[in-house]
Amino acid sequence: MAVDKLFKDEATEEKGERARMASFVGAMAIADLVKATLGPKGMDKVLQSTGRGRSVTVTNDGATILKSLHIDNPAAKVLVDISKVQDDEVGDGTTSVVVLAGELLREAEKLVAAKIHPMTVISGYRMAAECARNALLQRVMDNKDDAERFKADLMKIAMTTLSSKILSQDKEHFAKLAVDAVMRLKGSTNLEAIQIIKKPGGSLKDSFIDEGFILDKKMGIGQPKRIENAKILVANTAMDTDKVKIYGARVRVDSMSRVAQIEGAEKEKMKEKVQKIIAHGTNCFVNRQLIYNFPEELFADAGILAIEHADFDGIERLALVTGGEIASTFDNPESFKLGHCKLIEEIMIGEDKLIHFSGVEMGQACTIVLRGASFHVLDEAERSLHDALCVISQTVVDSRVLLGGGWPEMVMAKEVDELARRTPGKKSHAIEAFSRALQAIPTTIADNAGLDSAELISQLRAEHHKEGCTAGIDILSGAVGGMEKLGISESFKVKQAVLLSATEAAEMILRVDEIITCAPRKREDRM
Amino acid sequence: MALAFDEFGRPFIIIKEQEQKSRLRGLDAQKANISAGKAVARILRTSLGPKGMDKMLQSPDGDVTITNDGATILEQMDADNQIAKLMVELSRSQDYEIGDGTTGVVVMAGALLEQAEKLLERGIHPIRIAEGYEMASRIAVEHLERIAQEFEFGVNNIEPLVQTCMTTLSSKIVNRCKRSLAEIAVKAVLAVADIERKDVNLDLIKVEGKVGGKLEDTELIDGIVVDKDMSHPQMPKRIENAKIAILTCPFEPPKPKTKHKVDIDTVEKFQTLRQQEQKYFDDMVKKCKDVGATLVICQWGFDDEANHLLMHRNLPAVRWVGGVELELIAIATGGRIVPRFQELTPEKLGKAGLVREKSFGTTKDRMLYIEQCANSRAVTIFIRGGNKMMIEETKRSLHDALCVARNLIRNNSIVYGGGSAEISCSIAVEAAADRYPGVEQYAVRAFADALDSIAMALAENSGLQPIETLSAVKAQQIKENNPCCGIDCNDVGTNDMREQNVFETLIGKQQQILLATQVVKMILKIDDVISPSDY
Repeated sequence: MAVDKLFKDEATEEKGERARMASFVGAMAIADLVKATLGPKGMDKVLQSTGRGRSVTVTNDGATILKSLHIDNPAAKVLVDISKVQDDEVGDGTTSVVVLAGELLREAEKLVAAKIHPMTVISGYRMAAECARNALLQRVMDNKDDAERFKADLMKIAMTTLSSKILSQDKEHFAKLAVDAVMRLKGSTNLEAIQIIKKPGGSLKDSFIDEGFILDKKMGIGQPKRIENAKILVANTAMDTDKVKIYGARVRVDSMSRVAQIEGAEKEKMKEKVQKIIAHGTNCFVNRQLIYNFPEELFADAGILAIEHADFDGIERLALVTGGEIASTFDNPESFKLGHCKLIEEIMIGEDKLIHFSGVEMGQACTIVLRGASFHVLDEAERSLHDALCVISQTVVDSRVLLGGGWPEMVMAKEVDELARRTPGKKSHAIEAFSRALQAIPTTIADNAGLDSAELISQLRAEHHKEGCTAGIDILSGAVGGMEKLGISESFKVKQAVLLSATEAAEMILRVDEIITCAPRKREDRM
Repeated sequence: MALAFDEFGRPFIIIKEQEQKSRLRGLDAQKANISAGKAVARILRTSLGPKGMDKMLQSPDGDVTITNDGATILEQMDADNQIAKLMVELSRSQDYEIGDGTTGVVVMAGALLEQAEKLLERGIHPIRIAEGYEMASRIAVEHLERIAQEFEFGVNNIEPLVQTCMTTLSSKIVNRCKRSLAEIAVKAVLAVADIERKDVNLDLIKVEGKVGGKLEDTELIDGIVVDKDMSHPQMPKRIENAKIAILTCPFEPPKPKTKHKVDIDTVEKFQTLRQQEQKYFDDMVKKCKDVGATLVICQWGFDDEANHLLMHRNLPAVRWVGGVELELIAIATGGRIVPRFQELTPEKLGKAGLVREKSFGTTKDRMLYIEQCANSRAVTIFIRGGNKMMIEETKRSLHDALCVARNLIRNNSIVYGGGSAEISCSIAVEAAADRYPGVEQYAVRAFADALDSIAMALAENSGLQPIETLSAVKAQQIKENNPCCGIDCNDVGTNDMREQNVFETLIGKQQQILLATQVVKMILKIDDVISPSDY
């Protein structure tokens, strides 16, 4: 007697071949979706949100595309997840990792169809991944000791990363911006300290990095618009109504005159606070919270520039650049560290007024102002710049560098091929398949650029059988070229992360032989 | 639906709303239950052993879990059938008790049910089958004790322990770096173990995961890792020889439980209240400073003013630390959890050699490491991995490994794995069967067959010919009188599990057999299933 109901209603179960097929198909569909965005000639995607306003995003960033998709296939979710992690961890290579995992699964599907057990495929893939990683390790270049060449490396990496994005026209300009910004961080990977301000108008070329710090805020009315040798007090304190925090306290009065008295006392309290702040000898007061009109007026009277409602990141960065403490109480002016800067002034970018702090003490934070024709362009530019910043900051930590343009994939493929020849048993098929999957990446890059990929890849493979070859695909001329000469580099850390996470994800999906989908949770109608 | 009739031939109703219930009776009920149990076991069967496959589970909210841990699969698969729920309970109790072998126990129960079905068809009464199983399980458990071996290890000789943990880990996706993970698990358990009392409190081992990096970066931290950062961005990121004040009171004015009101009706009162409040904040910070604390860890939050005062007095602080973590920190640093500022004394401070903040990746993720603690009895295993599912699976695998190590410290008897213990038991049960005069003899033999089928599943999952391999191994065991012969899943070239270093704990195996037998007995005893029918 068959069991008719093992699971709850609407729960489904897929087994064996069918389960494997479902995950292969799902994963490959995702890989094919982002495939076309790979490489310098990759195309962009338009994403339209289903929410109100139907806002549109134009992007070429794999992680952004995948993040915005609503996916039902569980295997596809694994791929989306690895791309997200790649984004968080190294910032770039989000498309490559998905494409590589997709190719690995495509090859695995063929092997499984040829009656090779998935576990055999997995062990082959593992050996191949290890071998490929070693191949890369042998060929890395490390210029950490040579500051000049290291900086040149960073420039090259930034340019390679940017070349596949919307910024490719001005990649040199932006690469310089990104490298400068990261170098100022002095080895820290906290990209929060780099502020990116987007202002529509002008062209992408007009974007610039500012040595000082720009705060996207307006100055209070009637306060000085320009302060030289500013002493800045960065604060996070209530400047509206300073409540009494003792629990249960409430005001209870029995006549109108009492109300006036209490109000007076409140005002007095605020005035005292302002006095204390002034006693610090500051001439610029930046607060995270609101400043009401009354204290603002007091500040204006004292000739102090008061800036209200700077966000959390803003004051943190400001404290970082000016070297001041973030204050919330003001009782000990003598032991308090104020921030300093040479000049505060209001500047105009496009039509907006911003506050510019220049000549700051510590140059750890900086601001990049992006200009561009529309918000879509600016958003995409920000994402691209973010990728570049991530890659560079990671490279500063781990300074190993590889050549780009499909060179690392070909190097790995060659080593993996050799391993396949040495390995006895069914595993060698899997190892060979791994090498084919690796070659699929340069193939895709060439295809996306409209080049004859079959011809190019075979040429490339021939080149790579020579010792010390630096050949890769030169997209601009559409031929095989020396990557070292063309100055196309990639970070080792990114490549390694792509290789390892793609293999891990493929392995995970391959190991599955059954998919159990629970019934979707019923949404209660709250209408 | 069977109806009862009174002496006048009128039907009368026994069960409330009888016509709406569906009812299965007698042999039909047993068969339906057995087939449900078998269906559950069939799902897990392919996950058994080092070459077992994973299952992908999608939760009602769309989250994906990929695992081959039996307990997790069953828990997440949202079974509706009542017998299936029993099987879920079975694997859960194995998980609570032993922590490992959750798949094996369900497969075993499934095999027992399958054998029972055949016996039922021959007309043997279910109770007799149940009794036969009971006898057989006793024989098997006794036999296991006989073939079990004392397992020698010491604090300085952890290699045998590592080997055992590696057996557990080899069936998981993490088997790529099973060696290092096994070492981490063993070291963690030994760090918190109380060797004299032979007890291990696994609560002292915190398993924390962070997406990113690779599996090889997983590390054992001699101390606590808290997923929090300093309350003020400008506080020092590194404190050496920290004296830690562990507080469960907020940096806020007191909130008495009794309802009260403070009425402000004059300006003077307003002023005094204000001063009170300021004094209160000042006092709190001063008390912490006075007892010599260099780090404040607080379960609650504190507002901007207190935050700045702390910062100003050069007293770094961490806020919103969870209760469990707070306890662990207290254990690790030897400090006391202080509920009120008045009770803060220098003796109650915890001590740690180094407290540092570490940031990860490109996002603003920071974690706080508290290391070189006064009392190193609490440790943290910090897992890194390519994606969220990988980390979750690693957590589960490590949990299994930790449990195995703990069981070995509690009781250091082992049996050999790779199906060898099952085959050996099967031989013993088979031999004992002939001594039983009654119908139970058949049930005892069936039990032996069920034991064989675990080894068979192992062979099947490893891509070997199941029947051929099993009979070869069985013959070898009898011929050489060697209970260590098992299935060579990893194609190493030897059947001797002693050489392959594959073992399992004795209590784990015994528990598996006992639990599976119990559940099967329970299922066999059901002869009437009454359930509300579908609408």
